[in-house]
Amino acid sequence: MLLLVLKRILLGFITLFIVSLITFSGVEVLPGDACTTYLEREAYGAALEACYERLGLNTPAHERYISWAAGVLQGDFGYSLSGEMRINDVLGPRVKNSMVLASASILIGIPIALLLGIITALWRDKLPDIIISTITIFSMTIPEFISATLLILIVAIWLEWLPGIVIVPTGVSISELLPNIILPVIAISMIMTAHMARMVRSSVIQVMASDYVQMAILKGVPYWKMVFKHVLPNALLPAINVVALTIAWLLGGVVVTEVVFNYPGLGRLVIESISNRDLPVVQALAIILASIYVSINLIADLMTLMLNPRLKSLQIKK
Amino acid sequence: MTLEKEQKKNNLQKVYEVIKTMASKPSGFIGLSILLFHVILAITSPLYVPYDYKAIDPSLMLQAPSSEYWFGTDSLGRDVFTRTILGGRTALTVTFFGSLIALLWGGALGIFCGLVGGKIDDVVMRIIDAFLSIPWILAMLLIVSLLGTTTLVLIPALGFFYGKGIVRVARAATHDVIAKDFIVSARARGHSNLSIIWNEILPNVRDAIMVEGAMRWSWMLLGFSSLSFLGFGVSPPTPDWGLMISNARGLMSFAYWAVLAPIFGLSSLIIGINLTADAFAKALGIDRSTKAPV
Repeated sequence: MLLLVLKRILLGFITLFIVSLITFSGVEVLPGDACTTYLEREAYGAALEACYERLGLNTPAHERYISWAAGVLQGDFGYSLSGEMRINDVLGPRVKNSMVLASASILIGIPIALLLGIITALWRDKLPDIIISTITIFSMTIPEFISATLLILIVAIWLEWLPGIVIVPTGVSISELLPNIILPVIAISMIMTAHMARMVRSSVIQVMASDYVQMAILKGVPYWKMVFKHVLPNALLPAINVVALTIAWLLGGVVVTEVVFNYPGLGRLVIESISNRDLPVVQALAIILASIYVSINLIADLMTLMLNPRLKSLQIKK
Repeated sequence: MTLEKEQKKNNLQKVYEVIKTMASKPSGFIGLSILLFHVILAITSPLYVPYDYKAIDPSLMLQAPSSEYWFGTDSLGRDVFTRTILGGRTALTVTFFGSLIALLWGGALGIFCGLVGGKIDDVVMRIIDAFLSIPWILAMLLIVSLLGTTTLVLIPALGFFYGKGIVRVARAATHDVIAKDFIVSARARGHSNLSIIWNEILPNVRDAIMVEGAMRWSWMLLGFSSLSFLGFGVSPPTPDWGLMISNARGLMSFAYWAVLAPIFGLSSLIIGINLTADAFAKALGIDRSTKAPV
């Protein structure tokens, strides 16, 4: 068991290592480097040399990769290109802000998704299912920037209930941030909830059709007892992994949502650093976002492993 | 010769039957109709647009919808109706060819990995996993900002990034087929690997790959319009829904029409493609509802 967990963690690290290679070589292979893109038309002669010198770009690529990776392992992402600022100082408050946004969305989204998924599955093809399923299809297919824009138009402009755009500096405390994040949280959790509710629905439906549930019905187990004791534990287990993958996939949508609401998080930093051609920051962001993805998946895998005795013995046999 | 002809007829009949099954359910019928409407609109709209999509006229700035300008005008005095009915052309073309590329390379690599197995398979899947863990938006933005936003960059870049999920699906489908008796017997008959792939594996994994490709199409449309919205997609003055929404957003407190028209266009197309892809999966008997959108 312990061996298996260690193996999963190791695999996660290998994935991150490959990610770092991909981003590093991607920036290397694509035309234009940090200096030529940053200096633009002045990229010649002494200025270019000085820039190369300053960023250490005149050493061979593999040496730069090793020193960069060594820094990252110690939690140091080096310096950003534009502001001469330490990337760690730039990232810190942004990571915090995005974490607030993401965790609020997940905390609100998961219970609602479970509820909606179970309701639609138990009343399959009846009125509640038809109504909820139609709404979920709409909210999961419409792009984040459209639902976010519509939310601003309706709630902030027409009804004037909430501020439409976040106008707080990057380093504010969480309590000051809270009233501002209501609309962004709704926008993100709407799409997340829709995806998860759909998966919970089909998972519950699958379990409801299984032999042991039929057996429980025949045995005369009361309906709700059967739902809570036999169906839900078995239906939610496989959903954990899928939910994790969904959350990770939606990271991309968080970027867009943050831009729409002008929210000072990692997502807006992605856009800002790419617009400024700040490649060192982009590399740092790639590693950070990839590690979030890898750790969410790792946690989900470990949770499934721990909660499912069958899978545990199966994997060990292998 | 006759056998081949019969095969072709059977294929056509199969296509017809799949479409019939898709249209027999209300959601599939609605999806197909919306998609068809958008495709026809995209092909024919240049023939009957009322105004020039890039004609700037400051005196006509932000006019409310009227009988003359059905959807009003935008902040540069351009007709919103004209730009809305033209706005899907680039998106549809780019994402259609993009998903075709995704389908081809993802399917090919997936079948290859499923077939050879072993070390090569392990290494390729590790790399695919690593690519999956980089958020698509970061990678796309990086590529587009370094290489430019022409369709020649966008199509292969989108095709590449949306194809990696297909690799997994194609590989899994190949794994399911490869242990079956008819593959073993084809090997025993002495068929070459290529012939086994073409005649035995492909017909059996084709459905799964095509459904995956259809799904990718709607996600890619979402990705493409997000890029446009962020200002990294097609460049102005090309009419494009994502770009139109992003431009009209700042003034939507008094010119909501300029933002609602492209929102309606884009949402309806995405919903149409999604419903069609869902109906397509159901008609081929593939259940995608328990899969994560990776």
